[in-house]
Amino acid sequence: MSSLKFHYVVDKTDFTRAGEASSDVKGKLRKMGCDPEVIRKVAIAMYEGEINMVIHAKGGVIDVEITPTDIILVLKDNGPGIADIEKAMQAGYSTASENIRSLGFGAGMGLPNMKKYSDEMNIDTVLGVGTTVTMVVHMK
Amino acid sequence: MTIGDIKNFLNADVLCGEDLLDKEVHTACGSDMMSDVLAFVKDQSVLITGLCNPQTVRTAEMMDIVCICFVRGKVPDEAVIELARQRGLAILATNMRMFEACGILYEKGLRGGASH
Repeated sequence: MSSLKFHYVVDKTDFTRAGEASSDVKGKLRKMGCDPEVIRKVAIAMYEGEINMVIHAKGGVIDVEITPTDIILVLKDNGPGIADIEKAMQAGYSTASENIRSLGFGAGMGLPNMKKYSDEMNIDTVLGVGTTVTMVVHMK
Repeated sequence: MTIGDIKNFLNADVLCGEDLLDKEVHTACGSDMMSDVLAFVKDQSVLITGLCNPQTVRTAEMMDIVCICFVRGKVPDEAVIELARQRGLAILATNMRMFEACGILYEKGLRGGASH
């Protein structure tokens, strides 16, 4: 089986639509008959990433590659970058505004959840330029 | 416990998913912070929340949550209910506050389930 690739543009302004890309990927994986636990890991990791792109970076693009052995998610934004990755990885640490918290996010669990639900994660960030998060979830 | 039982215990209205009332619920999670909900994984859960936006339904969808119960008399707009309908989720709404709703369900035997 060759790999399948999908590309999504995450809208920079519309918070109500955040999660549509993750929902679409979840549906595709389900149709392919993927293991439910793998599907859930991908869905949660990607959804957190998608939300992060909307609330911190004014949108971005997501590339999803499904291979026989892995699901690879590459989330790229042109946002402000992450000043202190070590802190950002701590559960409970957040730079989100009160407005974001009132929307149910900004609890400081985004990146920790992404790490928790992916099997491999790499963050490439440059202040003022943007952030690329690559996550890999292994097929069972 | 079924979704129908929860509806009765919390004196809740069913906003969508009338056909899902016989569905079993195994665990519960009460929170207004969706990131905290996403940190918690259990099958066949009910989400008890006062947060009333589309991301509540999206979060439920990602977590395979089967039912959302809105507390404090909050009712989401039709677009949110429609999204839940498309995703096969039941939505309940009760006038009870979060603490009271969670307390009653706990007393009736529903548990949070350990996160891992």
